[in-house]
Amino acid sequence: MFVIRKLIRIVFRVSLVGGCIICSAFVAHAKEVSFGRDVFPILSDRCFACHGPDAHDRKAKLRLDLADGPDGAYRTHDDITAIKPGSLEDSELWYRITTDDPDDLMPPAKAHKKPLTKEEQSVIKQWIEAGAPYERFWAFVPPKKPKTPKVKNDSWSKLPIDRLVLAKLESLNLQPAKEADKRTLIRRVTFDLTGLPPTREEIKEFLADNRPQAYEALVDRLLARKQYGEHMARYWLDLVRFADTNGMHKDFYRNFIAYRDWIIRAFNENLGYDDFVRYQLAGDLFPEPTNDQLVASGFNRLHLIIDRGTALPEESFFKNVLDRVTATGTTFMGMTVQCATCHDHKYDPLTQKDFYSLFAFFNNIDAAPETGGRPKNGLQPPFVALGSPEQKKMLALLNEQFAESDQAIKAKKKELASEKDAEKKKAHSQELKSLTAKYNEVKGKRDRLDREIPRAMVMKERKEVRPTHVRIRGEYDVKGDLVTRNTPEFLPALKKAGENASRMDLAEWFVQPENPLTARVAVNRFWQQFFGVGLVKTSEDLGAQGEVPSHPELLDHLSVSFVESGWKIKPLVKQIVLSRTYRQSSVSKTEQFAKDPENRNLARGSRFRMDAEMIRDQILATSGLLVNAMYGKSVKPPQPDGLWKSVTMIGERFKPDSGDAIYRRSLYTYWKRGMPPPQMTILNAPVRDACIARRERTNTPSQALLLLNEAEYLKAARELAGKTLQTKDSSGRLDFAYETVTSKLPDEKERKVLSDLVSSLEKNYAEQPALADAVCQGVDLTDAKKKAQFAAWTVLINTLYNLDITKTRE
Amino acid sequence: MKDPITELDVLQSRRTFLLNSGMGLGTAAFASLFSKHALAAKSDSAIKPKAKRIIFLFMAGAPSQVDLFDHKPDLHKLFKTELPKSISKGQRVTAMTRGKQQLVAPSTFKFAQKGKSGIWMSELLPHLSASADDLCLVHSFNTNAINHDPGKTSFCTGSETPGKPSMGSWLSYGLGSLNKDLPDFVVLPSAFWSGRVNVQALYARLWGSGFLPSKHQGTSFQTVGDPVLFLSNPKGIDRKVRRSMLDSLATLNRKHLAEIGDPEIQTTIAQQEMAFRMQSSVPELTDISKEPKEVLDMYGPEVNKLGSYARNCLLARRMAERDVRFVQLFHRGWDHHSSLPKHMRGQCKDVDQPTAALLKDLKLRGLLDDTLVVFVGEFGRTVYGQGNITRENYGRDHHPRCFSGWLAGGGIKGGMHYGKTDDFSYNVVENPVHVRDLHATMLHLLGVDHQKLIFPFQGLDQKLTGVEKSHVVRDIIA
Repeated sequence: MFVIRKLIRIVFRVSLVGGCIICSAFVAHAKEVSFGRDVFPILSDRCFACHGPDAHDRKAKLRLDLADGPDGAYRTHDDITAIKPGSLEDSELWYRITTDDPDDLMPPAKAHKKPLTKEEQSVIKQWIEAGAPYERFWAFVPPKKPKTPKVKNDSWSKLPIDRLVLAKLESLNLQPAKEADKRTLIRRVTFDLTGLPPTREEIKEFLADNRPQAYEALVDRLLARKQYGEHMARYWLDLVRFADTNGMHKDFYRNFIAYRDWIIRAFNENLGYDDFVRYQLAGDLFPEPTNDQLVASGFNRLHLIIDRGTALPEESFFKNVLDRVTATGTTFMGMTVQCATCHDHKYDPLTQKDFYSLFAFFNNIDAAPETGGRPKNGLQPPFVALGSPEQKKMLALLNEQFAESDQAIKAKKKELASEKDAEKKKAHSQELKSLTAKYNEVKGKRDRLDREIPRAMVMKERKEVRPTHVRIRGEYDVKGDLVTRNTPEFLPALKKAGENASRMDLAEWFVQPENPLTARVAVNRFWQQFFGVGLVKTSEDLGAQGEVPSHPELLDHLSVSFVESGWKIKPLVKQIVLSRTYRQSSVSKTEQFAKDPENRNLARGSRFRMDAEMIRDQILATSGLLVNAMYGKSVKPPQPDGLWKSVTMIGERFKPDSGDAIYRRSLYTYWKRGMPPPQMTILNAPVRDACIARRERTNTPSQALLLLNEAEYLKAARELAGKTLQTKDSSGRLDFAYETVTSKLPDEKERKVLSDLVSSLEKNYAEQPALADAVCQGVDLTDAKKKAQFAAWTVLINTLYNLDITKTRE
Repeated sequence: MKDPITELDVLQSRRTFLLNSGMGLGTAAFASLFSKHALAAKSDSAIKPKAKRIIFLFMAGAPSQVDLFDHKPDLHKLFKTELPKSISKGQRVTAMTRGKQQLVAPSTFKFAQKGKSGIWMSELLPHLSASADDLCLVHSFNTNAINHDPGKTSFCTGSETPGKPSMGSWLSYGLGSLNKDLPDFVVLPSAFWSGRVNVQALYARLWGSGFLPSKHQGTSFQTVGDPVLFLSNPKGIDRKVRRSMLDSLATLNRKHLAEIGDPEIQTTIAQQEMAFRMQSSVPELTDISKEPKEVLDMYGPEVNKLGSYARNCLLARRMAERDVRFVQLFHRGWDHHSSLPKHMRGQCKDVDQPTAALLKDLKLRGLLDDTLVVFVGEFGRTVYGQGNITRENYGRDHHPRCFSGWLAGGGIKGGMHYGKTDDFSYNVVENPVHVRDLHATMLHLLGVDHQKLIFPFQGLDQKLTGVEKSHVVRDIIA
């Protein structure tokens, strides 16, 4: 029976091979097949679940992620060879992916994976015929500086970025777009570097600057602004799921102000990314850690945490560590390490043992796994006080006095209790009174100072290292083998400074130049900020199931030069925004948008809707409401009533802040994980309960409602209307408003549409003074005509705020 | 003027066409890659849909199955005796009752057989008992989570680990809209409830879209202010002003579309128009003034209070009529660690009549046939009591190993019990239904293969039912 089946297969195989030679004639495959780019993604997606790195679930003693070894793709098992380099006929794999026998077809129906398409089959075919060469997975090989390619259009640009982009464009028979006009360019680069729009004055200055280095000078000015750090920090805060609450159960306040502020300063001070990594992973382990290093180590505390109550502490502890390791994986490795919690990774060569060896670095925290009742000031030990040396000295002194005073009172009370003599008793009572007064005074002083000193939750090791076990099926209470701290075997080896590996060793491992991932993951995310999509689109996953880079050599060029520069972010960013690739116009033909909607080929400038924070900050900035105060307590700008009430279990009600604070940049908005601010989440901000490396951007009616009707946004429109009407030259009003909001000047048609709108609105409001009154609420106007005019212009500004070009970075 | 929505549809169907016409997944198709995955779940599967929409009545806090659905008549003989070790098997319990004695607290409530089918119902649910023949009572639900937060998160998103899309967002993503003027997925949290103890929190993630595009996230209707956030025009901007403004806006946006070429501008125009339509469709939906008195009476007196469970049940019916795909009610206040009988009476009073009315009302309108109604909490409660146990008063701790709930309508067999627990309502002994199995079954009833409704993220084909085994509970499907 077996033999017959095999015979049938052979016959089938031959005919299939023949058949496919014919059909491949229809498939134009001019380009060479690359294992990494073309073959590996197919094998990973369709085959690795059963024939991949996970030994436990491996079927038929076959793994296709490796060529050699007893289970490798070239192996012969029960007389069957999976892949015979150069021979389709002798390669079982080829038969299995092309047969029409449902019993033999791979992937099998029960795997719920799509069969290979004709194109994919053809890729495999070419690859096997070419000798089925395997290469190491691209992301696990350290980046090498690529050669600058030759291009036809030699005069376009000499910059390496541009050369690498142009080489690909030319291979696709595409041309780069022309440079964006100066107004678009200053708007784009100001938003990209500071998260804010340029002012009219800045636009004017830039337009008037005809020097060749005008643009570079602009970039330098922007990089030097404080708002640069705020803007860069915002992306980082998504990545590390920064928030102001626990995120579970009672969702208590959790204080990470100092961490957020440090991130902003680190970007502004251009701290090397290597130190940026070291401080966050292991800042607490420096011999004499600075405040910054300690604060940064709070990275390890940003996970969700439950408050003490019904949960099982050991389960909470496990979940916390898991969350910490997952964050490290996403943030610094660009890998889904958490997939190996329950079993070996299905796609990447990361074993379950590797996972728990990583876990062991984070398993030794000296902190309770749950927060207590309502943590005072949002702080859960361990935390440190960050005041100035004088403040700290003073506090120590006051604490000493407080303790003394406390002791004295206790002693006096004892004396008083044991005293029988009435006279003496009275005297003791007197003394107790004055001691209590002193106590209260010292306590008051101490508490006041105490409140002034900012504090930060930090990472701290226990003295004795907690043993780490593999957890079978990822269950916190089912312990397997004991493991020691180590990095995954398939990556460069860990160097230990002492006998036991430490988190500092891990941090050093991340930033050693041989680490193939750290720099790539970081530069890819920065690139994504400036083009809307990374060179590897899946910026959270550079592993086997991630997408392959659109421009692998460019990614390597950026990574290598980043490390060579001492991991300096500002020069990297500058290199990107000075490129001609970045400066291209985003105007194109609709067909081009349809062909390459995400601009992966980079044949134009990228155009994408801005993030929630940028949209709100833009409205505040252009209306003049924005308050530029940096750092400190998170603020609560008004939001619709009842949202917290609808979810809370501790009777919390949202109380908006008042005064200037509510006009601070959105970065400082208080983030309750259980109910984040709707102005943000409606525009795709993540909830911040998981690490997010990229936001998606969908266009929804709720967004339209938000931008049309939100009360603060309307207030901003009113503000700008007021400013517009104050301009002396009434004929320039439209231009003033339009330019303030869009950075552009209206053309004839736009001017006509808008002036028609404003006059019809003015007429309408003149006829309905009550409506005008409602719009003008809080505005110091009495004249009905003026009110109608004011109302009309408010609606006009509201219109401008809702233009697609206003909310889009072009 | 062309209707922007129609234009959007044309654009989308063109994309779909390109994808399905064998062009493969070239770089050009990246943006629409995801919708392809969603479509595959629908078109590839041979499952005939039995339901078009779901109304999910989520009893947050975990009601006691021992008192509500899982009738154990012999327990009264074991009052305050220790739960046998052969039953509890040393299985984990919460931090509240760990190491404590486990003394049986029989239910103080009476059960009786109801309807033609004679299924057992608690006296706590007199109104619902009248619909007994429509209910499929499942006694073998089980989950992994022992605490509310992970319990609700896994019930609503399929995973205890936050960050995954919610049930409703999966459906919106997988099945698309039936209605062009309303959201696909609406959440209706009760604004008040009777059991005012241990009121567990809700989280935006319970109706969030996780890694799915956020247009699929649930729209939570508010009881204060606009039912949908930012729905109303600001004061001084009436519908006429808004219209003229939107017209000018569309003219400019269209001009920019012609100049810039980016089709996303078309989407902006379409969404602004949809927003305008929602400004009338939502108030029309929430306005119950035209409901006849007998209908209102059916839901009980609370229906007149905004934010009541009763009002939300009525709104759910109105949404079913308007083809909202997934409506999820959250009624909190079921976490009864002490004084359970008292709180239970109150909570049941909140939900009994309105829930029964919802079923009747749907039935009267012929909507129950293709509307699946589900009633369940995040887990169950222990047979052993907490606090001072008397015949009349006791509390119960969290219990994930078995709990009861019911399904009705939308292709479900009515008048039946499904799954069995042991004599102590402690472990499932027959036909276990994990939360994942319920999810798989819900999708199945809507014609979706849970194995095929996927979204690629973080290297995995993500599914509502996750990577662990799950099955459709075929025995309860009509």
